[in-house]
Amino acid sequence: MPQLSVVGGKKESASDRLAARIAAEEDRGLLRFLTCGSVDDGKSTLIGRLLYDSALVLEDQLLSMERDSKRPNATQGGEIDLSLLVDGLQAEREQGITIDVAYRYFSTPRRKFIVADTPGHVQYTRNMATGASNCDFGVLLVDARQGVLTQTRRHACILSLLGIRKVAVAVNKMDLIDFDQARFEAIAEEFAEFARPLGFELITSIPCSALRGDNVTSPSPHMHWYHGPTLLAHLETVDVSHRVTNAPFRFPVQWVNRPHLDFRGYAGTVASGSIKTGDEVVIHPSGKHVHVARIVTADGDLERAEEGDAVTLTFAEEVDASRGDVIAAAMPETAPSVSDQIAAKVIWFDEEAMLPGRAYTIKCGSQATTATISALKYKLNVDSLDHVAGKTLELNEVGLCNISLARPLVFDPYGDNAETGSFILIDRFTNATVAAGMIEFGLRRATNVQWQELFIDKSARATLKGQKPCVLWFTRLSGSGKSTIANTLEKRLHALGRHTYMLDGDNVRHGLNKDLGFTDADRVENIRRVAEAARLFVDAGLIVMVSFISPFRSERRMARELVGEGEFIEIFVDTPLEVCEARDPKGLYRKARAGLIRNFTGIDSSYEPPEQAELALSTSNTSPEPWSRCWSTSSGVATSSSQNLQALGRAGMAFPGGIFVPGGGDGGVGVDAVDAGMIQHFPVIGEGELVGGLGVTLFRQACEQTPCRGELTFAEQHLGALV
Amino acid sequence: MKHRLSSYLRQLEAESIHIMREVVAEFRNPVMLYSIGKDSAVMLHLAMKAFYPAKPPFPLLHVDTTWKFREMIAFRDREAQRLGVDLMVHTNEQGKREGMSPITHGSALYTDVMKTEALKQAFAAHGFDAAFGGARRDEEKSRAKERVFSFRNAAHNWDPKRQRPELWHLANTKVKPGESMRVFPLSNWTELDVWTYIYLENIPVVPLYFADKRPVVERGGTLIMVDDERLPLDPGETPEMAKVRFRTLGCYPLTGAIRSDATTVPEIIDELIASRHSERQGRVIDHDQTGSMEKKKQEGYF
Repeated sequence: MPQLSVVGGKKESASDRLAARIAAEEDRGLLRFLTCGSVDDGKSTLIGRLLYDSALVLEDQLLSMERDSKRPNATQGGEIDLSLLVDGLQAEREQGITIDVAYRYFSTPRRKFIVADTPGHVQYTRNMATGASNCDFGVLLVDARQGVLTQTRRHACILSLLGIRKVAVAVNKMDLIDFDQARFEAIAEEFAEFARPLGFELITSIPCSALRGDNVTSPSPHMHWYHGPTLLAHLETVDVSHRVTNAPFRFPVQWVNRPHLDFRGYAGTVASGSIKTGDEVVIHPSGKHVHVARIVTADGDLERAEEGDAVTLTFAEEVDASRGDVIAAAMPETAPSVSDQIAAKVIWFDEEAMLPGRAYTIKCGSQATTATISALKYKLNVDSLDHVAGKTLELNEVGLCNISLARPLVFDPYGDNAETGSFILIDRFTNATVAAGMIEFGLRRATNVQWQELFIDKSARATLKGQKPCVLWFTRLSGSGKSTIANTLEKRLHALGRHTYMLDGDNVRHGLNKDLGFTDADRVENIRRVAEAARLFVDAGLIVMVSFISPFRSERRMARELVGEGEFIEIFVDTPLEVCEARDPKGLYRKARAGLIRNFTGIDSSYEPPEQAELALSTSNTSPEPWSRCWSTSSGVATSSSQNLQALGRAGMAFPGGIFVPGGGDGGVGVDAVDAGMIQHFPVIGEGELVGGLGVTLFRQACEQTPCRGELTFAEQHLGALV
Repeated sequence: MKHRLSSYLRQLEAESIHIMREVVAEFRNPVMLYSIGKDSAVMLHLAMKAFYPAKPPFPLLHVDTTWKFREMIAFRDREAQRLGVDLMVHTNEQGKREGMSPITHGSALYTDVMKTEALKQAFAAHGFDAAFGGARRDEEKSRAKERVFSFRNAAHNWDPKRQRPELWHLANTKVKPGESMRVFPLSNWTELDVWTYIYLENIPVVPLYFADKRPVVERGGTLIMVDDERLPLDPGETPEMAKVRFRTLGCYPLTGAIRSDATTVPEIIDELIASRHSERQGRVIDHDQTGSMEKKKQEGYF
């Protein structure tokens, strides 16, 4: 099947044929795809097969492949090794593996293809991500003998993160399992089950043998039970058109062109949308409004430029813009975000782990500045897709990070615009590209809204009150003891002369939120209003206690991000459901079990425990493993049971945030446990000093400076500094 | 006469322009390696577009091995003058004094001294921190693996196992003093794309690409053109006048001609499509060792 067959009859001239070919090319779409999957699943062989069967392997390449197939270390035992067509590096050919991504270009009468053959080894995941970042479609290979492996899942995660919406699962080496239909279906099912949360729009499973050619370019004579397309037929027809026709205009200024005093143009590539001469645009971040005078190209001025065009803009007004500025449509509702705090999914590429607090160079479009990871919100477990807590990201790990920037960045969420929502992080000492990131959103949403300038600010109000304002956010099921603890704490703080306020779930629903029900959407709005109210109270200089079930992580995160760094203290009152239900102080569990209340958290509505609460409290001494939900070692843990404390010690758990022993329990248990050598070097805090366990950062610093051995008075000394 | 580009070629053109602008914005002292061939012709044409109405804000550098076809040198000087660009020519003078020749010293050593060494000398002399090259990924297997922004250490070495990840259109352009970047704006172009673009944009190329009667001798299945009297003829060897052209241009004793009747770009494209040989096959230096292009690149060859 020669793709570039000569069109037309013999009488036509070469230029007629060329014109016809160019016209035909215009109708042929382009598909950029990658092959990925675990090592030895046959990715390079598959591409070799596609090229070979499409008659795209040239004679001298074929000869050299045949010669290399017979070399002593050849992996196919002298049979022709199609992977040698793509594995271009010497080390790759020697080891029979792929190290770096190779790009191949081929076409069929229906489509042009750019294929990125990416490595399967986990240590070369960065090269896989490199290949995937500019693709529209992914072919994920699975060895039929091995099934879905961790690396298959990791690659599926990365495809999904990078925004690839459609994938084919090529179940390869079917010849080695006797073309077993049941096995193929089991693999396809397993993958579909795993990938459900990744949100692919289309997953097409194809049984094939790259080595033998079954179902690659032509239907297999060995699998009559399979009625779907061959891989090539699928690649030729799958619809990947995702271009949003009315996307807002974005134009990152790449270079200022000033050949002489009469010309000042801004060169760049249109990242999305389109622009016409005369259009009003805004230069971000300065916010200046200007009008497009000319769209300059070497082939003459254009009336209009659209996504992908590399042009030079001039403006009617005198204006000062420079590299790094983003020119956008003058429509406030589609304006890009401008923020110096962002939340982003990050894939870590470097052998040296990500360090929160270390400064990196961030490059986003043509913007570059200094970035610091302020918090790792969670890591993604690629096998289970669970969110797990962690302090750092190791090589090839993926996580959601809060990032603060030395100066504001102009961006869009990655989901809206991959060009203006993606970035890389560069180590400032080694110059290595250590991470790639996809921006989720800005953390200071207020940057989109004009602020009324106020003369008296939060710190002025706090200073007058002589305290550090903050939100103490208690979360967990009904009956877990949130309000009881919060009330005790407020009494205590009040006695200490602190200015406080309490927002209680039930009470707020009698007033501010009385129009809201208990659906997920209403719960989200419920929390949003409470979080906003809490923010106002913090702004007023108060210590705010919030006692709300607040079952969803994202809303608690939203509440956290409304206030400043260190002003949000999340307290997880980790009481097991059985205990809450046994207590049932308001009789609500009974009603829920009886079906009288719908959407009751813990019964028929889910609760997402915090990943990094500043403090986890256990109010139960019946729970067998009270610490099992303390994900973060930065959390404090509290318990009233000496049994639990001893268990903690045996488990070698470290809770540098402190151990809280409520007055209601046996106040001496902590000391007993320390004395018994079960726990060493952890401060044990009495009830009155609970607050001391809350300011985790300060408290941890204090711990590091003090050789603390269960001194009950320890936190008292630091109380003043904290609140 | 200019023709309308297909939307795919427009994409390729815009991508290349974007890469060039990125280099000019991020590097202190870039240079464009100009090898006079068709890829260089396209690259230079794109540079003229990228910075319009300004001229390309960097010089062109031709590493002259002294064994280029005479027609190439004439074309080089003509083009530089026509476009009004700054052309620098560098030759490894020591190699020249020692009479380095592909014939007596073998292609491997000759290429190392007259190309790779010469290039390093030019970098050192002018303090370049980035150099554009016209290499394409479809040319050769190891080139298919190379990044658009390809980092070189202070010894100009390429480490294929530790290439910087290159996601989306974001390039890490950081280099320390002495280190440099090789940048390949035509990475994603194929030979067919290049010729189609040359045709549609009406870009001048060296006449050696078109078939004509030329004096050649056949050696080991390769047709070598007798471009000047320096090519020693074996006893009994007489140059034959044959209608030949070149798919690729380098040093004449190392570049094989093909028999052809193609005298226009569309005819070249017809021939290309019908051809069963890959483009670099006429290059002797690619075949002198297994994995030889990768080795040369690791040592600093473009």
